Amino acid sequence: MIAEFGYGIALVSFLVAVYSVVAAVYGATKKSASLVESSRRGMLLTFPLITIAAGSLIYLLVTNHFEVAFVYEVTSRSMPTYLKITAWWGGQAGSLLFWSWLLAAFASAVTIRKWDRDIEFLPWVVMVCSVTLVFFLGMVVFYENPFTRYWLVNGNVEPHMFQPALATIFTPQDGNGLNPLLRHPGMVIHPPMLYLGFVSYVIPYAFAMAALITGRTDDRWIRLTRRWSLWAWLFLSFGLVLGGRWAYDVLGWGGYWGWDPVEIAAFMPWLTGTAFLHSVMIQEKRGMLKHWNMILVILTYALVIFGTFLTRSGVLSSVHAFANSPIGPLFMAFVSATLIASIALVIYRWPQLRGETEMKSMLSREALFLLNNLLFMSVLVICFWGVMFPLVSELFTGQKVTVGPPFYERATAPIFAGLMFLMGVAPLSAWGHSTVKTLGRAMWKSALIALGVTVILFLTYTKNYIALIGFFLIALVILVTAQEFWRGARARQRSQNENFFSALSRLMGRNRRRYGGYIIHISMMLMAIGILGMEAFQTSTQGELAKGDALDISGYSVKYRELASWDDTGKGVNFTRATMDIYKNGIYLGQLHPRIDYYFDSQQNMTIPGNRSTIKDDLYIILVDWQPTTAMGATFKIFVNPLVNWLWVGSLLFLVGIIFAAWPDRDPAEEISRRGITQSANQPSAAD
Amino acid sequence: MKKFLYTFTFIILLGILFTGAALAQDKLPTDDEVNKVAHNLYCPVCQNTPLDVCPTDACKDWREQIRGMLAEGKTEAQIQQYFVDQFGDRVLAAPPLSTKFNLIIYIIPPLIILAGAIILFRSLKEWTTPKAVEAGSGAARDASEASSQKDSYVTRFEEELKKQK
Repeated sequence: MIAEFGYGIALVSFLVAVYSVVAAVYGATKKSASLVESSRRGMLLTFPLITIAAGSLIYLLVTNHFEVAFVYEVTSRSMPTYLKITAWWGGQAGSLLFWSWLLAAFASAVTIRKWDRDIEFLPWVVMVCSVTLVFFLGMVVFYENPFTRYWLVNGNVEPHMFQPALATIFTPQDGNGLNPLLRHPGMVIHPPMLYLGFVSYVIPYAFAMAALITGRTDDRWIRLTRRWSLWAWLFLSFGLVLGGRWAYDVLGWGGYWGWDPVEIAAFMPWLTGTAFLHSVMIQEKRGMLKHWNMILVILTYALVIFGTFLTRSGVLSSVHAFANSPIGPLFMAFVSATLIASIALVIYRWPQLRGETEMKSMLSREALFLLNNLLFMSVLVICFWGVMFPLVSELFTGQKVTVGPPFYERATAPIFAGLMFLMGVAPLSAWGHSTVKTLGRAMWKSALIALGVTVILFLTYTKNYIALIGFFLIALVILVTAQEFWRGARARQRSQNENFFSALSRLMGRNRRRYGGYIIHISMMLMAIGILGMEAFQTSTQGELAKGDALDISGYSVKYRELASWDDTGKGVNFTRATMDIYKNGIYLGQLHPRIDYYFDSQQNMTIPGNRSTIKDDLYIILVDWQPTTAMGATFKIFVNPLVNWLWVGSLLFLVGIIFAAWPDRDPAEEISRRGITQSANQPSAAD
Repeated sequence: MKKFLYTFTFIILLGILFTGAALAQDKLPTDDEVNKVAHNLYCPVCQNTPLDVCPTDACKDWREQIRGMLAEGKTEAQIQQYFVDQFGDRVLAAPPLSTKFNLIIYIIPPLIILAGAIILFRSLKEWTTPKAVEAGSGAARDASEASSQKDSYVTRFEEELKKQK
């Protein structure tokens, strides 16, 4: 009953979304306000509808309705209730519904208030959101239906939505259970975060399209969606970091990022999104780069759809997997169609998108921002081509190839170094104009101190010259950025007669985006310390130990004390847990417990490392293998991951920075005066 | 394990025959030596997983095979070649240049990036006018910017209020 009901509601919401598209387009072209209003209401209606459909699915998940194929695949009786709920996005069919639900929520949030001033955008924003929704709900309704049930037809079990002739329903005793890897708290939050980021990017795209279609190509659309793109970026970034942390905690290979196609699929929209965040500022300040911003937001949207599809479907494993997946070609068709239509619109409006001012110098801030965009796009090209090449190769030569971390690392490392250098230079450059001389004057002190730091590191810590270049750049960026805070606050202190700290906090409060951005720059550098530590200094050793034996690595001594293995039938898991004594330079530091959890329902292992984390390094132990009969010997792999904690510390600071930048302004007067500026935005004002 | 033991026995036997060689190889290669080779090979079944960290049983067997080959005195290059012959190019971390087609993975990204750089440089040139205006450094500008911004905020705010009335 519930399954049919849920499916019915999903079908209705699909039809409502189709209606919204038609009504919006028709209403806009016939200039019928009532039709546009009707399309807006249709858009708003999809959210409660999809919520009901999702509610039905969650009800089925929680109440062990294993006759529903999706419920069978992702849950089992032994799973706790909260995991059964989060299993909603644990499989493809459910996550498509989840995606639709988020999109309906965001689109509703945007269209819930009446837009007086921007009413001309409304039908087109509704149209773009609804088209996307139609596509995703269409997937749910016609191809990846989470409500499909098992039926016994002539002795065979077959999945169908509706009862075939002479069939009876088939209910398995227990479900397959969620992939154990997905039961980790990190994995419970990571996909929704990524999806929040993905879906939020639909909104800026919708406004960009509305601006192109209506021909209102000033930067109004950018100002309206500024916070959306910041929050989208926040969620996407946070999703990526959580994914890394999850990999570090449960995948048991000692790292957090493996340049896997699925990871890259989520990383690519982040690249264009980051480039967009920067280049948008040029348009706001200088009225330039309108074409480019359009292209960036279009690319981000296309990559978001592409990424959604890749992260769940596993189609990249081979050409055949792609062709056999029912939704693969459809996704490709949708991405291509929207991409072509959007680019065609940009070309159609090309003359209206011309820049309003001239650029005065190759070293001006806008020129450096452009260089930043070029570098981000370069990383994107490498990532995209790296992900696609195995398919291309298989298609043309029949030969399967791997494009692994060494390829990406070698290709992107110099580009990341260039981005870091830009981070050090760009904050010092002025809008409109800078010269080598002014930049040099502003930079030389920081550069000198950074060089000093590098020399000290050379003498005391490492002789690895690539790492040293990295540390130099990190020190440079941190110093330059700190100097920016210092100089700004000092200038304000002098002119406003405030004490230093209130001057600093006022300064930051007035320029949230700028100083939030600087905090993000510093946090990126902290993260870079962690990444550099892992890339340049990670060491590992592996060995089979008898009880009482020890492995030595980088000053640590790891002694194998004992191993216990037991079943927890309530949870449906067998735990095998080793106890290790940790010594550093002969001093006892405590115990670590690497373990392997075996899940009976899904018959899968999960390797949980024992990890001792300090700001200097992580000692990360994996239980690789053991001899069950004797419980005598066991094999361990031990990593020492220097500085990796800085990555997590940096990501927390990153969150602080971006929330600071995206937080709504408290002062309504300032908000109104901003709007005032927006109205005269056609001319770059004297204030800029 | 069995294969391992066979190899071991085999080496012992070899050792009895060639005492000199046996002295150099009286121990099996350690896990670290095996992993060093395995790290640069990719699991032929699971996508994108280096062989040294892959937890599947198949990979365990392959690691033991590497151990055996190392014990036989094979070099890393020989072992890699063996795996390529068995499973194809996909066991290598990056597409090898021995297949001409793979050239394009190394050529296309730099070409696109170069094209981007040229477009960017030309646009910059087009936009840049030779007129140079002396401007202060970032912070000095910021200070003046902040104060003038404040003034214009106030005037605009007033205007906005008037309009709303």
